[in-house]
Amino acid sequence: MFLEWTNTVLQGVLLGGLYGLFAMGLSLIWGVMRLVNIAHGDFILLAAYVALVFGQVAGLHPLAALPLVAIAMAALGYALQRAVLNRTLGKGLLPPLLVTFGLSVVVQNLLLQGFSADSQALRAEALTTASLRLGESIAIGWFPLGVFLVALAMGLGLQLLFSRTAFGRVLRATSDDPETVQLVGVDHKRTYALAMAIAFALMAAAGVFLGMRTSFTPTDGPANLLFAFEAVVIGGLGSFWGTFAGGVILGVAQTAGFRLDPGWGLLVGHFVFLGVLLFRPEGLFPKTR
Amino acid sequence: MSAFAVERATRASRIAAAAAALVLAAAVSLPWWSDAGTMRLAVEFFCFLVMAQMWNLLAGYGGLVSIGQQAYLGLGGYALFALANQAGVNPFLCVPLAGVFCALVALPVAKLVFRLRGGYFAIGTWAVAEVFRLLLANVSMFGGGSGFSLRAMAAIPRATREPLGYAFALAAAVAAIAVVYALLRSRPGLALSAIRDSETAAASQGVDVAFTKHWVYVVSAAGFGVVGALYYMNILRISPNAAFDVSWTAYVIFIVVIGGIGSIEGPILGTVIYFVLRETLSGFGAGYLIALGAIAVVTMLYFPGGLWGAISAKFDLHLFPVRRWLRKRA
Repeated sequence: MFLEWTNTVLQGVLLGGLYGLFAMGLSLIWGVMRLVNIAHGDFILLAAYVALVFGQVAGLHPLAALPLVAIAMAALGYALQRAVLNRTLGKGLLPPLLVTFGLSVVVQNLLLQGFSADSQALRAEALTTASLRLGESIAIGWFPLGVFLVALAMGLGLQLLFSRTAFGRVLRATSDDPETVQLVGVDHKRTYALAMAIAFALMAAAGVFLGMRTSFTPTDGPANLLFAFEAVVIGGLGSFWGTFAGGVILGVAQTAGFRLDPGWGLLVGHFVFLGVLLFRPEGLFPKTR
Repeated sequence: MSAFAVERATRASRIAAAAAALVLAAAVSLPWWSDAGTMRLAVEFFCFLVMAQMWNLLAGYGGLVSIGQQAYLGLGGYALFALANQAGVNPFLCVPLAGVFCALVALPVAKLVFRLRGGYFAIGTWAVAEVFRLLLANVSMFGGGSGFSLRAMAAIPRATREPLGYAFALAAAVAAIAVVYALLRSRPGLALSAIRDSETAAASQGVDVAFTKHWVYVVSAAGFGVVGALYYMNILRISPNAAFDVSWTAYVIFIVVIGGIGSIEGPILGTVIYFVLRETLSGFGAGYLIALGAIAVVTMLYFPGGLWGAISAKFDLHLFPVRRWLRKRA
């Protein structure tokens, strides 16, 4: 019994790594330009479908396709910010929200049009089934462990990018005051577009890992958005470590819930989110910027 | 006597009031000259009209973009089914009760979701709607995930319940517009318009921003609850996945954005456009939704006031004037 629960928690932690990765892109663009991308989950799915096409057309393994998917998504994110989202900033609350909401519906239905409602999966046979046995009832999949470590590394990378590099300084300065940075020669709109490109590259990784882990359909986007959002709120705004930890907590809550009753898995996750909102609205690991 | 007078009506608004009376007369007499199919479509039209007005009140005036109003639509529907089936309450009496029930649920929910700001508020309301969907899918008394039927309605003959359901829907639509219109012309409405234009400036003039947003959220929830009861009275079967579907709010957002956010005329115009598009293009399936989403994105980018905003600005037309004009006396 104890070992089984240990196993459940371990699986939850590993699932949480993926949620942390989902949430990082959302957290990043909120941090830089106070934009909430409602289409976040749908763009994650778009990345999974792009990897699927690379696999079908060029026979590429999903992991081999990942760099290409990341470049394609980063380019899309850059273009989207430049051509569309930059026009919505500084005009109040409604335009960015409603535009990304419209994009969410457009992307979801484009995927439905192109790939039908059938569920798809990114095939990577041996890699996704191999596991490390740690005794009778505990087994850790190599793939989920790898995803967890990659997510952790990306969180670390983002933190370093923000705190140690010249570009990170530009990002922080633009976040603090988009007007004043223009006085010292920073093109804030270009900075936003570059931040969106980084977020989209992160979403590409999230999408490919998601597709290798489970099957997916074009209508899964909103669920991914909700998980990413809940991870951000649980962790606390403004810290990549907090976001990653929030993802882990959400993953454990869902896995434990599913173990108690298959109908409760997602509910337990939502309840943890609501509990944090009620008792610690600033999140569990907030960082004041 | 001062040299200036405050005007609250325009010539267009007086003509519009007369036209509205004619449309209303036609709508009231509809059960006598049309068939059941038209009546069902009209009920749906009124449902979307009420939802559009309520969502516009929330987002267009209160600045609260909710993507989770389907929570109250679903709860209103479930309140009707539970009260009528389990408690034996007359289904038509359940319609206002569903509204009251949703207002009561919205009070504590508001406390929770109001801790989130802006975009995070939007996703938070969506998460709350998901919680209600999953909770009801776990209630076996209500048929769990597959839902249940409104058995109580079988006792009422079709010839009574269809015109009566229609009359309730029409009354709800008229009431929604009347309530929003009266509200916006009153003192609290002035506070609401001030919040829409600038929250900080409104607060500095003594407007209680938090309180105003709270009651707007509760009123909007009640409106969606009434619609949930009205709509599912027409459908006779409810399930969590259908009733708590985010598409409800998505359609309502498209209606308000395309019609014109932040006005009373916009949601009316938007509902008409939506039904015309739906009845002519819905055969295209996903393509229709892509077009609807794209139109909404383009509207928001280039005509943030929507179609009505563009018309109103060009012709200085106000059919439901909520402003005060200062005119020099002759």
